[in-house]
Amino acid sequence: MSDWQPGASIHHLRRRAQVMSLVRNFFANQSVMEVDVPVLSRSGVTDLNIDGICATLAGAPAYLQTSPEYFMKRLLASGSGDIYCLGKAFRDGEIGNQHNPEFTLLEWYRCGWDEHQLMRELTDLVSQLMNRHGSSALRVTEISYADCFYDKLGLDPHQASLSDLWNLAAKIGSSSWTGETRANCLDLIFSLKVEPQLPEGLVFVYDYPECQAALAAITTAEQGYKVSRRFEGFLNGVEIANGYFELCDPVEQRARFDKDNIARQAAGKPIWDIDTKLLDAMRSGLPACAGVALGLDRLLMSDLEVKSIDQVMPFSWLRC
Amino acid sequence: MANYSTNEFRSGLKVMLDNDPCSILENEFVKPGKGQAFNRVKLRNLKTGRVLDKTFKSGESLEGADVMDMDMQYLYSDGDFWCFMEPDTFEQHQAAESAVSDALIWLSEQDICVVTLYNGTPLSVTPPNHVELEIVETDPGLRGDTAQGGSKPARLATGAVVKVPLFLDQGDVVKVDTRTGEYQGRVK
Repeated sequence: MSDWQPGASIHHLRRRAQVMSLVRNFFANQSVMEVDVPVLSRSGVTDLNIDGICATLAGAPAYLQTSPEYFMKRLLASGSGDIYCLGKAFRDGEIGNQHNPEFTLLEWYRCGWDEHQLMRELTDLVSQLMNRHGSSALRVTEISYADCFYDKLGLDPHQASLSDLWNLAAKIGSSSWTGETRANCLDLIFSLKVEPQLPEGLVFVYDYPECQAALAAITTAEQGYKVSRRFEGFLNGVEIANGYFELCDPVEQRARFDKDNIARQAAGKPIWDIDTKLLDAMRSGLPACAGVALGLDRLLMSDLEVKSIDQVMPFSWLRC
Repeated sequence: MANYSTNEFRSGLKVMLDNDPCSILENEFVKPGKGQAFNRVKLRNLKTGRVLDKTFKSGESLEGADVMDMDMQYLYSDGDFWCFMEPDTFEQHQAAESAVSDALIWLSEQDICVVTLYNGTPLSVTPPNHVELEIVETDPGLRGDTAQGGSKPARLATGAVVKVPLFLDQGDVVKVDTRTGEYQGRVK
C-alpha cells in the first residue's frame, strides 16, 4: 500500500481548522489586518542556516519563501499598519519529527510596540488557543538568554571566549569544534543542553547574543555587552516562535546581507541575490515595530500531545 | 567504502566511528529555526555491543563499514576456532571465540546462523531464533503435574540452562527462543 492516507487523523484536522479560525478571530478582534503575501519571489534569503527551495518560472529562478517577512515589511513601509499572515513557508532539507520542508507559519507585526509587548500578546494568543483543556492556566516564564545559559552551564554566553565555547561544544558534539563560528557553537550548546531543560509551559528566552541577531535591532545591555532584541518562544520544550524588535536601518541591513553571503560562500553554499526591494522599502522608512513568527504545526503538536509533525498535517512530505 | 552524509543515516546503516564498525539505531534531526542543524545519532558499536549517543553537524559524513550479514551453517569447532560454511559456495570461515561467545550456548552443528562479516572476517554470530535441544540434566519429572504452573532449571545439550515445566525429563527435546532464552514447548 502507498501512503495515500493523511498523517493526521480527521479529528486532528478538525482541531487544526478550529485553531486557524481562532487565530483569524483573535486578530480580527485586535483590528490586525490579514495579508496573504506571495510565497513565490524573485529573491531568496541569505540566512546562513536557512536554505530556500528554488523553482523555475519561465526559465528564471523563483524562490519559495522561507517566511513572509520581506513582503510584510514592504507592506509595513507602505503604511499598512498592524498586519498578520497565516500561510505556508518552505525550507529545504528540514525533515524530522519536528520539521517538514513545507509548514504553516503565523507571522505578525505590531507598529510602535517593542518585543516585550509582543511577547505578552503571544501569551494571550497561545493561552486562548490552548485553553480547551480548561483546568490549569498556561504557565509562562520569561528569562534572558544569558540567565538560562548560565544556569545550566555556568558560562556567560555573551562574554565567554570563543575557545571556551569550542571546548564546551567539543564535549557535546561528535568531533572537533575548533574553528567553528561563535553562533554555531552557541546553537549546539543551547539546543542540546539548555533547550531540553526549559520549564514546561510557554517560555520566552530574550536578549539573544549579538551574533544571532538575524533581523533584530541590537542594543547595549546594562552589563555593557551588546545583545540582539530577539526572543524565542518555547512551548513545552519545543521552539514555536521567533520574534524581534525589528532592525529598521537599511545600511545595517545591507551589511548583514553581505555578511550572510560571505558566510554562505565560506560554508560552500550558494549565495543569493539580495532582496533590493526590501532595502528600498527600508530606505523609504520601515516604522518602528516588533514582529514574530509562530509555527502553527508545532503549536498543534503540543496542543494535541503528539510527537511527530506528520500527525498534525494533512500530508507531510513523507506522503506527498 | 562509500561515505554517508547525515541525511542518508538510516536505522541499520553500518558506518565506521573511531575505527570501529557501528550500526545506526536512531537518527534525530535537530535544528533551531535560525540556526545550525544537527543530527543526534544513536549507534551500536558492533565490536563491543555498546550503544553510543553522538551529535553531528548536519551534512557531516561517516565512512561506510564493510559489514554484511550472511546465513551460514555451523560445521564444527576445534576449540580455538568455530567453523562456518556458506551454503551455496561451500566457502568456509573461521570465527574466533570473541565472535561466537554469545551464541555458543545455543550452537549445534549444522545449525544455520547469521554470521556478521566485517572486512570479510566473522565479527559476531547470531544463532537461529528457535532451536530444538535435548535436556541432559534436570530434576526428575513429576508425572501428572502437566497442568500446574511451576518450573525447574534444565541443562541442555549445548550448555544453556533454561526454565522448563516440572513434567519434563532428561532426554526430552525442547524448543527454545534464543533471543529471550525462554522455553517454547516440548518437541515430540
